[in-house]
Amino acid sequence: MAANTAIARRTALRAAAGAALMFALRPVNAAIATAPILGELAFAYAGPKATLREARVKLDITPLVENGNSVPVTISVDSPMTANEHVVGIALFSEKNPQNDVALFALTPLSGRAQVSTRIRLATSQQLMAVAKMNDGSCWSHTVEVVVTTASCVEE
Amino acid sequence: MLLLLASGSMYAQNSPEMRRSGITYTSPGTQALQADDSQNPGMLWVRDGAQRWTIPSGDARKSCADCHGAIATMRGVAARYPAASPSSGSAASAAGRVITLSQQINRCRVEQQRAPAWPPEHADLLALESAIAFESRGLPMAPPAQPALSAAQTRGEALYRQRIGQVDLSCHDCHDRLAGKKLGGNTIPQGHVTGYPIYRLEWQAVGSLQRRMRGCMTAVRAEPYAWNAPELVDLEAWLAKRAAGMRIESPGVRP
Amino acid sequence: MARALITMPKSARLGEIIEVRALVQHAMETGYRRDSDGSMLQRDLIRRFSCSFAEAVRSDGTRAAPGTRVVFAATLHAAIAANPYFSFYFRAEKSGTLIFLWEGDNGFAHREQATLMVNA
Ligand code: HEC
Ligand code: HEC
Repeated sequence: MAANTAIARRTALRAAAGAALMFALRPVNAAIATAPILGELAFAYAGPKATLREARVKLDITPLVENGNSVPVTISVDSPMTANEHVVGIALFSEKNPQNDVALFALTPLSGRAQVSTRIRLATSQQLMAVAKMNDGSCWSHTVEVVVTTASCVEE
Repeated sequence: MLLLLASGSMYAQNSPEMRRSGITYTSPGTQALQADDSQNPGMLWVRDGAQRWTIPSGDARKSCADCHGAIATMRGVAARYPAASPSSGSAASAAGRVITLSQQINRCRVEQQRAPAWPPEHADLLALESAIAFESRGLPMAPPAQPALSAAQTRGEALYRQRIGQVDLSCHDCHDRLAGKKLGGNTIPQGHVTGYPIYRLEWQAVGSLQRRMRGCMTAVRAEPYAWNAPELVDLEAWLAKRAAGMRIESPGVRP
Repeated sequence: MARALITMPKSARLGEIIEVRALVQHAMETGYRRDSDGSMLQRDLIRRFSCSFAEAVRSDGTRAAPGTRVVFAATLHAAIAANPYFSFYFRAEKSGTLIFLWEGDNGFAHREQATLMVNA
């Protein structure tokens, strides 16, 4: 199953980055390939020794966005959040905003639960990817596709 | 636009039972944002206004609270505006004229605090108006029975039904006949003024009812009336009457 | 003057995981927008948000863990919506103070704090 395929960093580097990632990282709920740019960003965040798997992370966002100015997102990661086993960071990337970086969160065992919500801007329909990094260095991701309906003609 | 007009004419004018707040036309995400005070950005303006309420200002070195007491004494006030201005106060010339809540705040600012009036959409003015409106949340809109106000409502209704702009549509065409239809990415609401001042996602900030109405005028390529022009005050008076009895939900959130 | 709203319980049971919500007033100007005259608005962003925990001083005047420890932090980019909102969690193990700090362009800095009582 594509969603659980582990990819060694080396393999990814060897292949033409885009194509390899497109094949390996498939959004769980959709029959679409992960955008190459998201794959590149994810690997850059994961670091040289990391593996990256599509599991354990849930990026929750409405698939149909009425207004791109303020879109609620919740990212949750399956982790006990103990001193021995916890999420250290969550990165959120956008495929088609003017800037791909959306936010980078730092979590600690004091967080207790690996769940973060915020509100973001979306310039257009695109894919979004959340990557969670664990204290053991492993990285997990979730990619979703959102459709942004165009802004109104009623404005100043 | 033309297609939309052709298909919309079958819609009758809203009867009172069919009146719906603009929030009911928005996405679940926008509704959740308005409903949750810990997330509704309008609450930042409310909190800001409640603090400004207690800060002395102007040559009189008086805060709003010095004369009015706690902000809670403003409960019910926003539900009554626009209204004929009270006859007390130093500028007798203003007495009896219909004014908006924001004009009344500025009146106290100038006549009571002896400070320069805030320009339209000034952050402090919007904050105070938000805090005062918040005190009336849950109360029904209740325009008072005043002859001057009734005249303003009549003039406002006429303006509301007058076709304007290159698009040649009236407020009534859109907000009564076409309410519920899509226009661009938006659903046309019935245009009820229960949430003002509103946090508008498009503005990414809180703004006044006049800003909202001027936006509609620009959208139909009409020249918007100047801020606080008698026409805008009359329109506000009519919209308040049109929404009479509906519950205040300030700070409203709209797309 | 910036405003912020912190929403969290005032007290919690030992070991309880509480939700903390932080909302702050800031335009988060992207640098990609034009004003009504058509001129480009300068980028003006909050760049960093953090929430740290400072343990309450014990009755004997000492503190088990001096200083503060980071609970949650965020690096913000232009895609964070105006008036940034974050919700995150905190494991209540000691009574103390949560300190919230927002920092950004043009010297923007805003601090809030909230105390939490932990009942054994
Ligand atoms: C072409 C149709 C159209 C016309 C004409 C029009 N509006 Fe609007 N109006 C809209 C739309 C669409 C919205 C909602 C926009 C949105 O939410 O993004 C709106 C929103 C409003 C609202 C906000 C309602 C709320 O829930 O807060 C008010 C008030 C309003 N209009 C008043 C007016 C007035 C007064 C006029 C006449 C001067 C007018 N409109 C003319 C389309 C129109
Ligand atoms: C020196 C005393 C004084 C100060 C200071 C003052 N007010 Fe007033 N306010 C009055 C009086 C007197 C009235 C009665 C109507 C009038 O004369 O304007 C009034 C009326 C009002 C009303 C209308 C109440 C109603 O029931 O219709 C509002 C709203 C209001 N003030 C807001 C404010 C705000 C906001 C501030 C601070 C910026 C403020 N006032 C500062 C004396 C004051």
